[in-house]
Amino acid sequence: MTIANERVRVTVNGVIYERSVEPRLLLSDFLRHELGLTGTHVGCEHGVCGMCTILLDGRTARSCLAFAVQADGCQIRTVEGLGTVDGLHPIQEAFWEKHGLQCGYCTPAMLMTTVELIEANPSPSRDEIRDAVGGNLCRCTGYQTIVEAVELAAQRLSAAKAPSTPAAGEDGSAVGH
Amino acid sequence: MKPPPFEYLRPADVEGVLAALARDSGETKILAGGQSLVPMMNLRIVAPKRLVDINRVPGLDRIGIDGDWFVIGALARHTDVLKSPAVRQHTPLVIAAYRHVAHRPIRNRGTIGGNLAHADPASELPAVMLALDAEMVLHSRSGERRVPAERFFLGTFETAARADELLTAIRVPLVSENRRWGFEEMSQRQGDYALVAVAATFDLESGRCAHPRLAYAGVADHAMRIPAVEAALDGASPHEAAFEAVAAKAAEAVNPPEDVHADAAYRRDLVRSLTRRALTAAARR
Repeated sequence: MTIANERVRVTVNGVIYERSVEPRLLLSDFLRHELGLTGTHVGCEHGVCGMCTILLDGRTARSCLAFAVQADGCQIRTVEGLGTVDGLHPIQEAFWEKHGLQCGYCTPAMLMTTVELIEANPSPSRDEIRDAVGGNLCRCTGYQTIVEAVELAAQRLSAAKAPSTPAAGEDGSAVGH
Repeated sequence: MKPPPFEYLRPADVEGVLAALARDSGETKILAGGQSLVPMMNLRIVAPKRLVDINRVPGLDRIGIDGDWFVIGALARHTDVLKSPAVRQHTPLVIAAYRHVAHRPIRNRGTIGGNLAHADPASELPAVMLALDAEMVLHSRSGERRVPAERFFLGTFETAARADELLTAIRVPLVSENRRWGFEEMSQRQGDYALVAVAATFDLESGRCAHPRLAYAGVADHAMRIPAVEAALDGASPHEAAFEAVAAKAAEAVNPPEDVHADAAYRRDLVRSLTRRALTAAARR
């Protein structure tokens, strides 16, 4: 059976890409093989392990459960859009500090899951964090350090976003009165 | 694994979808959220020749009131159903069941209509729709028909929808605020399919249970109500002793499957304890 290719135009981490793809090409394989963005990992390829989690139009999605052709016109964010080796994103920094990873295989998915969680809920409870990261399998950490990392990331991002205090309060004199 | 090749169609409207389904519908599958279909294709359990992607068809995800009915568009994503104040107001049972449905990334893509049309026997939402007396709205080129949930779920991955029909909406009768509801489930891990789940609803009329519905997932090859057990609850006083008796009757009535996850005796025991818990929770609401 010959199947015609389809044109796909997507924006990934702010960069526009245009390709001609087979309809059956999974979005995860499109990101990795067509665009060379291998930060998105692939585990089970049937939606169970969560390794391929990305943000598709602002929401987390399993990229192994979507076809690249379906992403035509969409905005995608992957782990490559977070930070760099020399300038880690605050979420990456928190995972590094709290040892929220060992082998690193689930880390891109954990990071993108954390992006969605904190964007919707700037100060998640530990239960809410567990619920969010529980969709991604981690076989190294036992999750405790991941929960701590997400908690720290949320605190830092909230602190960074908090409105700057008036000059008089900067030394802490106004606090607690 | 990778899915087998298929022809991809993305119609712009319902008419386009129905036309595509009318042509060689036996070889065609509807692609909605893809959270059940795509895994099955990746695992090569199914190999449709053609996919009709309905994700960009406008109007299929509306949630609102139509006369005496609360209507949820088939393409509404689980995340959006869960966030909807109207769903919370009119069908709180749906919200309670969603606590057990998959994980956020799956709920972001998956649709309520896709879930129901897929008809997994261990899925929560078919049981919920049975307990709510919902109707499935099916469209084809020969028109529209409405199938009660009671006659919609026929077997594992099998429904009353014909291959040329598109599930466009789910209609739930608006009920009085007197309607009580409970949902209980046991699964191996949060977000997994149910070993057993029960959805219970009844009215309280003059201190008695009336119009009871008891619907189950995980106890047969499709979600099902147990009319004989509902009859035992009809007119009963809403207290623990009556609920315990009804729960015991439910456990006797089912003939649950056995698999690697749970044997029949365990599932039967779950039916008993979850039924009692669901009814007790319902009476307290």
